[in-house]
Amino acid sequence: MTAIEASKLARRRRIRGLALTFGRFAIMLATTFLGLLAVTFFIGRVVPIDPVLAIVGDRAPAAVVERVREQMGFNLPLWQQFFIYLRQALTGDFGVSVLTTNPVFDDILRVFPATLELATVGTLIGAGLGVPLGVIAAVRRGSFADQIVRIVGLIGYSVPIFWLGLLSLLLFYARLKWVAYPGRLDVAYEYTFTPITGLYLFDAAWTRQWDILWDAFRHIILPGSLLGYFSLAYISRMTRSFMLNELGQEYIVAARAKGLSERRIVWFHALRNAAVPLVTVIALSYAGLLEGSVLTETVFSWPGIGLYITNSLQNADMNAVLGGTIVIGTVFIAINMFSDLLYRLLDPRTRMR
Amino acid sequence: MTDSSSSTPESWRDWLLTAEPHSRHQARLGRAYVTWRRFSENRLAVTGLVIILALVLIAIFADLLAPHSATVGNLAGARLLPPGSSGFLLGSDDQGRDILSRLIVGSRITLAVVALVAIIAAPVGLLIGTVAGFAGGYVDAVLMRITDIFLAFPKLILALAFVAALGPGIENAVIAIALTSWPPYARLARAETLGVRNSDYIAAVRLMGASPTRIVVRHIMPMCLSSLIVRVTLDMAGIILTAAGLGFLGLGAQPPMPEWGTMIASGRRFILDQWWVATMPGLAILVVSLGFNLLGDGLRDALDPREAGR
Amino acid sequence: MKPLLTVNKLSVTYPTRTGVIEAVRGISFELGRERLGIVGESGSGKSQTGRAIMGLTPPPGIVRADALSFSGVDLLKAGPATWRDMRGSRMAMILQDPKFSLNPVMTIGRQITETLRHHENVSKREARRRALEMLEAVQITDPERVFDLYPYEVSGGMGQRAMIAMMLVCGPELLIADEPTSALDVTVQLEVLGILDRLVRDNGMGLIFISHDLRLVSSFCDRVLVMYAGRIVEELATADLSKATHPYTRGLLDCTPKIGESRHPLPVLERQKEWAA
Repeated sequence: MTAIEASKLARRRRIRGLALTFGRFAIMLATTFLGLLAVTFFIGRVVPIDPVLAIVGDRAPAAVVERVREQMGFNLPLWQQFFIYLRQALTGDFGVSVLTTNPVFDDILRVFPATLELATVGTLIGAGLGVPLGVIAAVRRGSFADQIVRIVGLIGYSVPIFWLGLLSLLLFYARLKWVAYPGRLDVAYEYTFTPITGLYLFDAAWTRQWDILWDAFRHIILPGSLLGYFSLAYISRMTRSFMLNELGQEYIVAARAKGLSERRIVWFHALRNAAVPLVTVIALSYAGLLEGSVLTETVFSWPGIGLYITNSLQNADMNAVLGGTIVIGTVFIAINMFSDLLYRLLDPRTRMR
Repeated sequence: MTDSSSSTPESWRDWLLTAEPHSRHQARLGRAYVTWRRFSENRLAVTGLVIILALVLIAIFADLLAPHSATVGNLAGARLLPPGSSGFLLGSDDQGRDILSRLIVGSRITLAVVALVAIIAAPVGLLIGTVAGFAGGYVDAVLMRITDIFLAFPKLILALAFVAALGPGIENAVIAIALTSWPPYARLARAETLGVRNSDYIAAVRLMGASPTRIVVRHIMPMCLSSLIVRVTLDMAGIILTAAGLGFLGLGAQPPMPEWGTMIASGRRFILDQWWVATMPGLAILVVSLGFNLLGDGLRDALDPREAGR
Repeated sequence: MKPLLTVNKLSVTYPTRTGVIEAVRGISFELGRERLGIVGESGSGKSQTGRAIMGLTPPPGIVRADALSFSGVDLLKAGPATWRDMRGSRMAMILQDPKFSLNPVMTIGRQITETLRHHENVSKREARRRALEMLEAVQITDPERVFDLYPYEVSGGMGQRAMIAMMLVCGPELLIADEPTSALDVTVQLEVLGILDRLVRDNGMGLIFISHDLRLVSSFCDRVLVMYAGRIVEELATADLSKATHPYTRGLLDCTPKIGESRHPLPVLERQKEWAA
């Protein structure tokens, strides 16, 4: 066999491997999504004793109950209901919110950017501080700095985030007046500012409205830092663990034998290897913040998907709750899958397999 | 007697640490002693243990310890007293109830939630994981697919949706948290099972004619226990936080139950002027979940030296 | 001629909770531009000796010596910066298994040029040229291709050659090879040894060859140190190996199989307490 033939064969094998990977990905994505829909269907239709009563209320006359039951298709067998539900969900039809009277999907589209912005700021803070802290803790294992990082992390794991939010509002807003009150913008700006993407920081910078950018920053910095602390606890801990693992490897000894500086060995050689699993961790914490924002948004009146869900919960608006659950679940799954793909890209050993 | 009393501790240690134990009992005690020594060298872990033991004791003797009633307050004379007021060490809330007493009685709820979730979720995860790992093939594929689906869910949101459907209340909160907690245990148990499934001692038991049920229950499950216990202990803080979060959103325990998360929610209105109403229960949650985290960390280091210090 | 390396009463100790572990206990030797083998079983301190000379004793290890000097530099007084300047450019070390000792996420070429660019002020293009030259010198037939490969993409023998290229690219005077062929297949071992042998001879380097394999060392080195429990128990020219007097060395020699000899019963090392004294 000639070299050209061999390389052709290798390339064909590589492409087939890639196709297989994507195929398996697609199947995983599909089954997980199906599972998500099945569970939400179960929660919405099966768990409540009578979903119709949950909608119209206990005291509705029997005729109304029956009419609603037929309207909503609840008189059909469960499996038929499930297929109708599937079809609706796939077309983005989660029903109408009782509370806002809008289609749930439109509501979610409107509030989602707020959550996305908050979680992004949180992850940037968490990863930006958590990774260096974890690296330092690993390099100086057992030192005072290591202990501090460990304790800061443990407290982050143990503190109720909504409580910390309340206390920080008390301190930084009410007492010190460093940050703005809950919400995304001052009331004065709420009516003059027309968002483009819904990510206020980005929109304000894009349209060069610096005063609004500053105002948005003063509103997001506190909830963003809180979520950031939350993810910092997780990221720093995992970084430390990965770095300890890498620093014990033989290639680190080899790098030292080459005469490289400690700084280059730690921040380039070891971290570059630790980065492979770290990407997954950061993606997971990002996904975690999207859901963790439920409590934070409630405390900071942040009009995102978390606040939307809790408001709907308090008003027994099941369509909205389940729609929100599906959307967050889908994003969650998507981020997981994406991090898996990124992992393959970062690690040459798994690349193209 | 003077002679033996001075040498007893030494010989006790020798007996425990001997390389040639005479009975299974002695070997087991020896292992436990070594583990305990490693655990007790870790000051943070011991702190965690002390916190949890204190929590258990407080919960048991709550009726004796609480200076006031946890649910009935003195509306006329003791509303919103600051900490340190006579008879109200941590202050009182808007209904004139002693916060300290509510925290003490509330420890029972916290402990009950944690224990119930662990009792429900851990065995479910253990069973699914060991069966999947031992059976392999289709059983494994299907069970793990289901586990992965649950694992892919955001936990708190799923719990929220469950509670929304079941109706608010502490029992439903426990069910919802348990429903979302088992998948990691199943994963863990499966991994451990795969590790021992093909080992010689399992083959030996099989040759002796043990049924698959017996192998799984008597010979595989015990191997998963230590890592499962560590994992559950580490998760307890998360369970407490989720339960408190549900309480804070008004979906967990309902007033006037002295559940700590619910207490924070009701104290929220007074946060600007009567900060202690919301602060004290939050501190309690922080201390207890910190205790579980420290304990879990210490247990992991002691039971699994490979991971020590990680 | 002044020796390249002087080691006088070198000891390496590790304090632990249960007491001090003495990995190396006061060994002395000198090295010229020659090939010196250090032989011993696992835990005899041979690798610790090599790492101490490179200044790579991991914390909390403590290195002590009456004298430790390398071509006029007093290593005992060397600070971290001096060490870094010397490592890779004047003294280098080859590790056992290229699977672990090459950085898995960097291409082979990048790892070689990294050594070069760290120690010498060379342009990117020049570094590449010299790295390719070096790959050729370790008898890699298509250096251009291997340059861009990741370590997992090459075989063990190829990886070890890349390792040699990476360590020798700056032309060090001293090379410490720590079990450089133990992880390789037997057929590849000889090839790699041959490459190493030629490079050491052509460049006039001093070589410390650390191995547990007395046969290999005796065929490859000029002189052999036999270590046991942190001490040198015997020092011999390889030509005089058959005249070894220490019972441990004799034991090792007796374990070497010879063609046509009956192996029953299999000779076993009878350890004596006083060897470790």
